[in-house]
Amino acid sequence: MSTISTLALKPQAELKAQVNALNFYYGDFQALKGIDFPVEKNQVTALIGPSGCGKSTFLRCFNRMHDLYPNMRYEGEILLYPDGVNIVDRHVDPIEVRMRISMVFQKPNPFPKSIYENVAYGLRVRGLRNRALIDEKVEEALSAAALWNEVKDRLNDLAFNLSGGQQQRLCIARALATDPEILLFDEPTSALDPIATAKIEELVDELKEKVTILIVTHNMQQAARVSAYTAFMYIGELIEFDDTKKIFTNPSSKLTEEYITGRFG
Amino acid sequence: MTTLPLTSPAADVDAIRRLIARHKTWDWLFGLLGVFALMFAMLVFAMLFGQMLKNGLPHLSWDFFTSFPSRRAASAGILSAWVGTVLVMLVTALVAVPLGVGAGIYLEEYAPKNLLTDIIEINVTNLAGVPSIIYGLLALGLFVYQFGLGQSIAAAGLTLALLILPVVIVATREAIRTIPQNIREGAYACGATKWQVVSHHVIPYSLPGIMTGVIIGLARAIGETAPIITIGALTFIAFLPPSPFGNPDQLISFDWLTAPFTVMPIQMFNWISRPEEAFQANAAAAGLVLVVMTLSMNAVAIWIRYHFRKKIKW
Repeated sequence: MSTISTLALKPQAELKAQVNALNFYYGDFQALKGIDFPVEKNQVTALIGPSGCGKSTFLRCFNRMHDLYPNMRYEGEILLYPDGVNIVDRHVDPIEVRMRISMVFQKPNPFPKSIYENVAYGLRVRGLRNRALIDEKVEEALSAAALWNEVKDRLNDLAFNLSGGQQQRLCIARALATDPEILLFDEPTSALDPIATAKIEELVDELKEKVTILIVTHNMQQAARVSAYTAFMYIGELIEFDDTKKIFTNPSSKLTEEYITGRFG
Repeated sequence: MTTLPLTSPAADVDAIRRLIARHKTWDWLFGLLGVFALMFAMLVFAMLFGQMLKNGLPHLSWDFFTSFPSRRAASAGILSAWVGTVLVMLVTALVAVPLGVGAGIYLEEYAPKNLLTDIIEINVTNLAGVPSIIYGLLALGLFVYQFGLGQSIAAAGLTLALLILPVVIVATREAIRTIPQNIREGAYACGATKWQVVSHHVIPYSLPGIMTGVIIGLARAIGETAPIITIGALTFIAFLPPSPFGNPDQLISFDWLTAPFTVMPIQMFNWISRPEEAFQANAAAAGLVLVVMTLSMNAVAIWIRYHFRKKIKW
């Protein structure tokens, strides 16, 4: 039923990850059904679909977030390149996966610590002690998240004192500080106002130079604005994966067309 | 200026007002009832406290704190009692805090959710309701005889630790539960292990709640009499446990742990059971000291709660 193939990628495209026949179960309930999916390096790939279609569930497979909860099961593979390790394999430590793939959540979730400590957290987890190096990384990550100029004079303030949009950019800086290979965004702007949203979208566009991005969004304009590729999911299945322009102008699937024209969802 | 014509007859405003007035009578009546209930509770407490203050306050003096109990009421003091209470509380805290906090963290963060943990959970909650004399009986058999600790400070501290363990466990778990799941997910997403999440996030963020629970538990333990009597605290004791310092052979001596002791409520109990009027006044003064100890512990707990709540709001 799904219309997907690596052919959708441009011929010179370099693969960062490849999803093959991925099934995911919560207990007996199958939330993801046989998903095949390429992720191109240094590009933004958007995941769209109506609520409950499994797009967040799918995203959370990439950093094994599901492993925090009982009664779940992965089948199939997500191969992470260049080494081609299957990150949903039972024998692969989820912590190893999370050290390579960072995530930004739906609601900004800074720790109740200082701005500096929030960004430095991933480095501390990795056992980094060198103060000068941490300082450098924190500044780099905050600059990349377009937050440095706003917070450079109050790095020791509590992160909770920042506005919602700033908190979300802080979370992006926290995710970036450890130089991840893939950055996952789970509806990163759904709790933000339009101006903060525009800033995050701009940022996503800039960040793809450094890191491969997967973004779940319920906002189709957002997908159209920021992504090179778009995947449309419906009830646990991948219906269509293609060039974003093609998805939004000339989708192959009737279901995709109905969704993007707002006839359901 | 034109006015709209009144097309319908005026509503019966008076009837509406009467209805509201009738309904509001209940507001007023319930408010009165509430104030009455509150006054009754406060009044009883004020009378008890006032009586104690009136009888005890004249006896409070520096000598009262620095004298041992005596056969003569006028020169009797609470030195051995308050030192005993402080030392027993020290043992209680040192035992109950690590065990209770550890158990709470394990149950919340590590234990799988299954029937066994459900049963443990229900039992921990129920343990908080077990009469304290039962703990005393258990401790008499286990600590005093089985472990051979005798009628010592260590036995009393362990007994009270057992008694407040459920309070500490429940407080720890409740404090941990207030931490939003998305904070944990954020930490795990950075590549943290379970222990890193617990030590960097769960413990620091729940510490105010845990400390509040610990203090409230200790404030309960400080007034406990029944289990202490059961394990055989002395009611008349005119010497202090050996000091941990000042022994030339050892840096810190732990002999005080095995020393016989008394505590504040038992000293009070002893004085109250004397026939002489003067001892009653001593008991009131000791009671006053005990109440102030308990209330100031609660005050510290409240201060911690408010102080940290300003800093961490989810």
